[in-house]
Amino acid sequence: MSVDVWLLVLALAVIAAVIKGAGPVALGGRDLPPRFTGVVALLAPALLAALVVAGVAGRDGELGLGVEAVGVAAGGAIALRGGSILLCVVVAVGVTAVLRAVT
Amino acid sequence: MSALVFGGSAQFAALSVVASGGTLGAALGTAALAHSRFLPMGIALGPSLAGGPVRRGIEGQALVDASWAMASRPDGTFDRSFLLGSTLVQYVAWTLGTVVGAIGGGAIGDTDRLGLDAAYPTFFLVLLIHELRSGRGRGVAAAGGLIALALIPFTPPGIPVMAASLAALVGLRRRPPTPAGPPTAPGPDPGSPHDEEPR
Repeated sequence: MSVDVWLLVLALAVIAAVIKGAGPVALGGRDLPPRFTGVVALLAPALLAALVVAGVAGRDGELGLGVEAVGVAAGGAIALRGGSILLCVVVAVGVTAVLRAVT
Repeated sequence: MSALVFGGSAQFAALSVVASGGTLGAALGTAALAHSRFLPMGIALGPSLAGGPVRRGIEGQALVDASWAMASRPDGTFDRSFLLGSTLVQYVAWTLGTVVGAIGGGAIGDTDRLGLDAAYPTFFLVLLIHELRSGRGRGVAAAGGLIALALIPFTPPGIPVMAASLAALVGLRRRPPTPAGPPTAPGPDPGSPHDEEPR
């Protein structure tokens, strides 16, 4: 690995801070145009769905499903029945660990 | 890195590029793309933060996906206190987890054996399920998921998630007027989970 790790970390920290800080300052704190608000309101489902797909089916840049998909599905089933986030995660991790141990 | 950057997608994207032999510029560029979704999210968040530009810029550092999603209200504003508190907890956990992993990771061995790789997708899935209670949210989520699915084999980590945000552009379309009132501006659908259970 020829890249200077500390240079990478510091440059990344600056980039992250600028991007995160620029948004709230950009429009001077004024309310957003309604159409923009509509887009922003829909960013959450789009991003969350992509994060789920990437986390379950996108390991190492390749498409594929492993036993963790079953664990995540079990956690989702708990969520649909009104379970807390913590319970869902615990169930998902537990199911995945058990399946991985027996397969 | 976790303490200074505090952005999982950007961190993972940069490290994956470097680990595969990429240059510093490529790593930073990929990370910036992965991080760029925080720009529109921050613009949306701005009016809900306190103080002048400097303070809003500082408070904007608390912007992370989960906090942003959970702090959003149906009217397009955000619960500032919830966002800051939620992010603080995540920051401590994320940083401590990194320290523990760096120090003790070798002793644990393969963390996947413990099923820990299912934790993050499940966390996001639970948040997503709340968003799916609106019709428009379901369509956008499906589109976002398909975009990510299509791009995973061909793009660096972080890009599929960022590209999936394009699905939200459907929000630019004005919604048809409702019989009971004047035309409504685009925004979260009625029946959003935020109406039922404040988080």
